Amino acid sequence: MVRFENVGLRYGLGPEVLRDLSFRIEPRSFQFLTGPSGAGKTSLLRLLFLSIRPTRGLITLFGHDVARLSKDAFATLRRRIGVVFQDFRLLDHMTTYENVALPFRVMGRDEDSYRNEVIELLQWVGLGDRIWALPPVLSGGEKQRAAIARAVIARPQLLLADEPTGNVDPELAQRLLRLFIELHKSGTSIVIATHDVSLMDQFDAPRLVLQEGRLHHYHYASDDYVPSTEDDDVYD
Amino acid sequence: MADQRNPIDLSISARAPREFAPGNATPIVPSDSIGGRALVAVIAIMTFLASLTTGAVMMMHASAADWQSEIAREVTIQVRPTGKGDIEVETQKAAEIARGFPRIAEVRPYTKAESASLLEPWLGSGLSLDDLPVPRVIVLKLVPGPAPDLAGLRKLLSERVAGASLDDHRGFVDKMRAMANSAVAAGLLILVLMLAATVLSVTFATRGAMAANRPIVEVLHLIGAKDGFIAGEFQRHFLWLGIKGGAIGGGGAMALFAIAGFAGSWLTGTAGGDQFASLFGSFSIGWEGYVALAAQILLIAAVTAGASRHTVNQTLESV
Repeated sequence: MVRFENVGLRYGLGPEVLRDLSFRIEPRSFQFLTGPSGAGKTSLLRLLFLSIRPTRGLITLFGHDVARLSKDAFATLRRRIGVVFQDFRLLDHMTTYENVALPFRVMGRDEDSYRNEVIELLQWVGLGDRIWALPPVLSGGEKQRAAIARAVIARPQLLLADEPTGNVDPELAQRLLRLFIELHKSGTSIVIATHDVSLMDQFDAPRLVLQEGRLHHYHYASDDYVPSTEDDDVYD
Repeated sequence: MADQRNPIDLSISARAPREFAPGNATPIVPSDSIGGRALVAVIAIMTFLASLTTGAVMMMHASAADWQSEIAREVTIQVRPTGKGDIEVETQKAAEIARGFPRIAEVRPYTKAESASLLEPWLGSGLSLDDLPVPRVIVLKLVPGPAPDLAGLRKLLSERVAGASLDDHRGFVDKMRAMANSAVAAGLLILVLMLAATVLSVTFATRGAMAANRPIVEVLHLIGAKDGFIAGEFQRHFLWLGIKGGAIGGGGAMALFAIAGFAGSWLTGTAGGDQFASLFGSFSIGWEGYVALAAQILLIAAVTAGASRHTVNQTLESV
């Protein structure tokens, strides 16, 4: 589904923030992306959702070399990826319903074709009674769930979440994790960027560990801690 | 309260449940924001000023053309006393020749008394022209349209009337034309500067209003909207703002010209009104003027839409 080969990234003339990354994300997989602040998690996520292009190396997404894609092709590929941003990025002038329905709207779909789907999903994430609320009056947890609902409404093949539990209490964090697990079971590949160790300990999934721009470790929580060299590629 | 980052009224916690029907959806670009209202105000003010300038230049151009055609529609025959014959007979002869000439609408020889009144400011009243070798004047009004063969008339007069000469006021008309052209050129220069200032201020105001919408561009981009879709949404919204501001400013200027034109025609016949009309014409910009102002409104709306599209494209490049 996603393949990185010796990918490097630098902003402008600065130093490389990501170096020699090589890994794969398989269909229907679940993985955490972790590492200390400033390690490059958000940059790696931006590469994954095609917000930026690598300085070097090869990224293949859904079988396409991203270096060869046109802007419109980027947009089409992005529709197969759902993203939950750390700061939610809901549009304040639109209701919860309209925010969640936005991916369908930009696809040009008729509202009749998705209305029930959006309402059902909002009920599923516990926002059934907040359909007409505007984001500025939603609580942090409600915003988070609305952002997740928007990310998954179009049934993406890959879901990327940047610190999805960063703004919520442990109980809600657990509920959100269950939501991601449910999505994973329904066939979506999940990448959760977090440095919340307690969250990662709740679900035994592979961890991509970034440190100083390098992918140092890649292991399951149940494995012994094995320091490894860069360029690990456990799927091969 | 609404602010630049939150371009909606946050005191409203929720929307009333809406009817699910086509066209009921909230616009992707917020329709009523402080940035949008400020942009409409800037566009309205600049369009009003640009429309006033355009109207003034058009009126100046029309007045200059009127002055020139008024002067160009008159020529004068001067009959100087030569001492060889009776000046009255020579004057009548010249008038007859002029009457028989094509494209002359009216021939009016000035009487002795009229000639005396022409000289009164210089020579005082009670003047007897019999004592002085004063030339006599015949004023010819020309038929509007192509000018008559003035060279032929001049030749005919010099051959048949002693002391006769034809003055077509060419020198004066040329001076008037030069003056009028200079005034119109200066007006056009001011108009160009005004339009440039309008375009620039509308462009920058649009960019300012767009800055508050950057988060919307980013979100649309990241959920898979194509660049054409995003640019189209903003272009449509800002085109509407441009038309709204342009219609307010340009419409205000049109109303002002209409009122001035009406007031001008109402004052016609009064001493002040006639004096005003002789200087500034009818103070009406005519239908061509209104068409020009309407075109200006569309131009400014198009500039607003174009500036928003350009800014969206720049934002998309940097996302």
